[in-house]
Amino acid sequence: FMQRGLDSQTKKQLEEEEKKIISEEHWYLDVPDLKEKESCIIEERSFLRCEDLVYGRMSFKGFNPEIEKLMIQMNSKCKEEEIEEDDKMEADVSDEEMARRYETLVGTIGKKFLRKRDQRVLKDDDEGEDDEVEEGNSNTRPSKRAKKTFIKPQD
Amino acid sequence: VTTCGLLRHRPGGGGAFWVDSQQKRYVPVKGDHVIGIVTAKAGDVFRLDVGGSEPASLSYLAFEGATKRNRPNVQVGDLIYGQFVVANKDMEPEMVCIDSSGKSSGMGIIGQDGFLFKVSLGLIRKLLAPKCEIIQELSQLYPFELVIGMNGRIWVKARTVQQTLIIVNILEACEYMTPEQRKQALAKLSGT
Repeated sequence: FMQRGLDSQTKKQLEEEEKKIISEEHWYLDVPDLKEKESCIIEERSFLRCEDLVYGRMSFKGFNPEIEKLMIQMNSKCKEEEIEEDDKMEADVSDEEMARRYETLVGTIGKKFLRKRDQRVLKDDDEGEDDEVEEGNSNTRPSKRAKKTFIKPQD
Repeated sequence: VTTCGLLRHRPGGGGAFWVDSQQKRYVPVKGDHVIGIVTAKAGDVFRLDVGGSEPASLSYLAFEGATKRNRPNVQVGDLIYGQFVVANKDMEPEMVCIDSSGKSSGMGIIGQDGFLFKVSLGLIRKLLAPKCEIIQELSQLYPFELVIGMNGRIWVKARTVQQTLIIVNILEACEYMTPEQRKQALAKLSGT
């Protein structure tokens, strides 16, 4: 017999019966739908967000220098402290020494490219570069002075 | 869940309310930094005891600079400082030792020596407060290193065993001492 067809038919009949039953007995609210407000409450389980807790790894009096650096980094994310001091400490050669070296370096290499006559003219090149971080010192080549005439060597 | 305690409020930002309660048992929470003890190595994953209801898992790739060839040197019984990535009541908690940018930033295996002990969670929060007097006073005494885990565990290391034990005793006793008693005790120590 047509069993499959019967099944679908009986299903439909059952559904219709159910709907009828429901529509008579089904209670519904005669109230307009409440608009769902976006809840502005965020639930948080960790204490980290509530209280400003400090980073858990600490070292004192130079016991572990890496952790001390870390402490400064971490704690400056919360409160903006100056990290610039740390950067200066980290360089192997301090900025002042670098500036001094560079100053003399420029002079010595500059001399290499001057002509022989001008080399005599050259005196102290120290034009007092500042000891600030400026590493790109301007190449202060001495302005070309008037060529001196030939001077007889003294016997 | 009901807890008893003081209700605290922070007006800054969006405003936050929380219950300041005291307890000894830790519940893993995502984002918390904790100290864990390695209990087992199961293939590629380490099982850590963090004091919660279940052991946490830590993958060997979750360390800075770890690759499949370059495995971190972690043995059973090592101490590890890491943070939770997954921590809810339905699943086993998972930890990692790197932060979101891939740097370790102080997390990972905690070195040799030192002393690990357990305190209540309220004391931990006091110690981690921004300007903690206890820690400031202790830091004047002698050089030492301190790792505080949110699960109630503190690891201390100082130059000598005696100094380490002194620091441990002060930290444990701090919970119930008033500030004056504490200053007295520290004055005695720095005197002798």
